Amino acid sequence: MKIVAVCGMGIGTSVLLKMNAEKVLAQLGIEATVTAADMSTARQLGFEANIVLTTPELVPSLQGLPAEIISIDHFFDLAELHRKLSAALL
Amino acid sequence: MSLAALSSAFAPNSIEVGVVVDSREAAIVRVGELLAVSGRTSAGYTAEMLAVLDELGPYFVIAPGIAIAHARPSESVLSAGLSLAVLATPIEFGSDHNDPVRMVFGLCAKDHDGHIEVLSGLAEVLSDDAKVNFLLNAPDASRIHDFLASGL
Repeated sequence: MKIVAVCGMGIGTSVLLKMNAEKVLAQLGIEATVTAADMSTARQLGFEANIVLTTPELVPSLQGLPAEIISIDHFFDLAELHRKLSAALL
Repeated sequence: MSLAALSSAFAPNSIEVGVVVDSREAAIVRVGELLAVSGRTSAGYTAEMLAVLDELGPYFVIAPGIAIAHARPSESVLSAGLSLAVLATPIEFGSDHNDPVRMVFGLCAKDHDGHIEVLSGLAEVLSDDAKVNFLLNAPDASRIHDFLASGL
């Protein structure tokens, strides 16, 4: 399972998203690698990833990737991540 | 450990409370000034953060009331760090889910992974409603510095 967490710059928000996604994946018992990436890197990595995690504003720019795109409203709400990741993966 | 990293990411004079601004751009300018004044960036970084807003929209409003403004690693960044402006009056950033913004961080980094501990500490604080409320209601910046330094 490959997951890419995407933000505009790849230094801030995507890293925060990756950290919390890893926590939730561990809770769910799912083995996955989560990579943080900026938009341009994500467009390349996205072709190999099963899931792309990002913020609602960036979803339109990532359309067309074969991965499932999941948008996260509240990055620090583990319950939201838990709900959306389990819906996609379980 | 990550809280210690977070605490040291805020240089002296990088935090201001009761900040009065009338637009999202003015809020970003203020956190940019705080990064520059505290020695983390040159003045040009502010324009780089504003360009990100222009290019990609307010995607960095990542939780209710919380924005983390940042730009790419660049020559404007002297060392990785954070600044914080706690706003006197909430400001609309144009985020569908997380407006209005009450707290704006400025983040700068030299590369993609040299500041992971800092972000880990930031996530720890921002995941905790009690800690977020402390930041929002602190009467002055020194209380916030002390709060972060004490590892609470």
